[in-house]
Amino acid sequence: MSEPVTTESATSAKSGLDAQKFASRRNLVWRRFLRNRPAVAALVLLVLFLVGCYALPPLLPYSYTDLDYYALQQPPSTAHWFGTTAIGQDLLALTLRGMQKSMLIGVFVAIISTVIAATVGAIAGYFGGWRDRTLMWIVDLLLVVPSFIVVAIVTPRLGSGDRVFWLIVLFSVFGWMISSRIVRGMTMSLREREFVVAARYMGVSNTRIILRHILPNVASLLIIDTTLNVGTAILAETGLSFLGFGIQPPDVSLGTLIAAGTQSALTFPWVFLFPAGVLVLIILSANLVGDGLRDALDPGARPLRRKRT
Amino acid sequence: MTRFLARRLLNYVLLLILASFLTFTLTSLSFKPLDSLESRNPRPPQAVIDAKAAELNLNNPIPIRYARWASDAVTGDFGTTITGQPIADELGRRVGVSLRLLVIGAVLGTLIGVVVGAWGAIRQYHLSDRVITVASLLLLSTPVFVIAPLLMLGALRVNSILGVQLFEYIGETSPDAVGGWWNQFVDRVQHLVLPSFTLALMGIAGYSRYQRNAMLDVLGQDFIRTARAKGLTRRQALFKHGLRTALIPMATLFAYGVSGLVTGAVFTEKIFGWHGMGEWVVQGIATQDTNVIAAVTVFTGAAVLLAGLLSDVIYAALDPRVRVR
Repeated sequence: MSEPVTTESATSAKSGLDAQKFASRRNLVWRRFLRNRPAVAALVLLVLFLVGCYALPPLLPYSYTDLDYYALQQPPSTAHWFGTTAIGQDLLALTLRGMQKSMLIGVFVAIISTVIAATVGAIAGYFGGWRDRTLMWIVDLLLVVPSFIVVAIVTPRLGSGDRVFWLIVLFSVFGWMISSRIVRGMTMSLREREFVVAARYMGVSNTRIILRHILPNVASLLIIDTTLNVGTAILAETGLSFLGFGIQPPDVSLGTLIAAGTQSALTFPWVFLFPAGVLVLIILSANLVGDGLRDALDPGARPLRRKRT
Repeated sequence: MTRFLARRLLNYVLLLILASFLTFTLTSLSFKPLDSLESRNPRPPQAVIDAKAAELNLNNPIPIRYARWASDAVTGDFGTTITGQPIADELGRRVGVSLRLLVIGAVLGTLIGVVVGAWGAIRQYHLSDRVITVASLLLLSTPVFVIAPLLMLGALRVNSILGVQLFEYIGETSPDAVGGWWNQFVDRVQHLVLPSFTLALMGIAGYSRYQRNAMLDVLGQDFIRTARAKGLTRRQALFKHGLRTALIPMATLFAYGVSGLVTGAVFTEKIFGWHGMGEWVVQGIATQDTNVIAAVTVFTGAAVLLAGLLSDVIYAALDPRVRVR
């Protein structure tokens, strides 16, 4: 890590910043991230989507429940930007409604499952012994349980009012296993490092060591993991709704829209292409941001990745 | 090695039993299989409903139900569906259908993914590498249920341009496939292409990205330079020393990839109208059929665990360090 620090402070001196002051790590990472143009564009797009799907619907002349009987199955036009469905719903309003749910679920599931992964991984890796064996056995078990099937079985029986809440809970419960294994591996090697050993001999409590010494050192992995989990969670939610087990009509999700659009994809392609395109854009952006963060937080991870000169 | 594998296998069997018990319990708790009878109008006599409950073994507590189901399942009898057909008969046929899809998809996906990823790493920053990187990222962000309809659209276009029904996209075989075994075979292959390619694309996208990174890591190592210095050609050094080392992390990835593949197969089967395990589980949830779900759980669990075992074996074959146990 020492090498990039010196080069960065040299550039910051040139750019007129205080050369005496060391650039903080956060600043460094942020600047490295900003240099990655696809990732920045993806982040901007994600923020636009997130703001847009909540801010735009009140401004539209049609809500997602309104039916326009004069425009059934119409291609995109000035009145209906994304076209209309077979019963005259405005596809833009529907898509925005679906996005609200997908993005909400994606963000919350990503955060919650990363928190679980960090807790379990750190405890298993730091303490070892029976805790490690028990927790890793649970991880193995949850990996064998067909999580997708279980979520599909349980959700239709839960109340439809708080369906989104339950989806968030269920996807979080089944979404942390693999990352927790990685955190465990990193913790096991951190445990032997001098600063952790020193802290232990100074009588610092285990909880404090995990919180102050272990977790900050796996933070970059956790941040990357959270971003990449957003995409995974959105995929899971839309997939479940596509099969008819997640969000159910009359409420809409990108999954139900795509399922409806698939049937008429040959004759009325916009009904399929708009929701599908939006979904792919969201997940692609999440993945791009995750990759950008990985490169920014962990520049040593890809030794051969240099700009061609 | 044998003892290590045997211990693994024992642990797997234990996990499988527990996983099937958990799923069985959850399913039994949330399914109300008598609903369809009770909501009928006019309502059938109570005696009929009670008889159905007794037939489905609903009067016992769940652990006893599971014990009975499991002791039958060990002998190959997986109980009956909610409508009374024995599951074992259908299970065999559906497992065959799903395995055909899964095995071809997994093998194609892994092989092509590894080759494409290694190719990209060797030609880093060339045009082909950039195209591969962008394409795999795009594919990785596209869910199966978007890839499949898009492939169908493309196949339809090809069919109409050629004027021949080259690709089939509904079912695993046409009902009117007559003639000798050759015709049957060609017909099946025509049906197989699109679904297996859909599944393979998932694998290609994922594996090529990881393989590229792993290969790049390896290419920077000293032993590649040593191999070259010792007089190996670039090709020999890359294949015998580079690729083999870069394949090791892939073995672990393969074990996780299979569970994703099984989920992907649910969508693929549903979209292409294949009557496999994935389609069955969707039906089973819709008809609230506990036995079907339990049977599918055992199948998917076994598939995931076998993949894990296979990845351990591949790992040991590639990496001599883990063989000494």
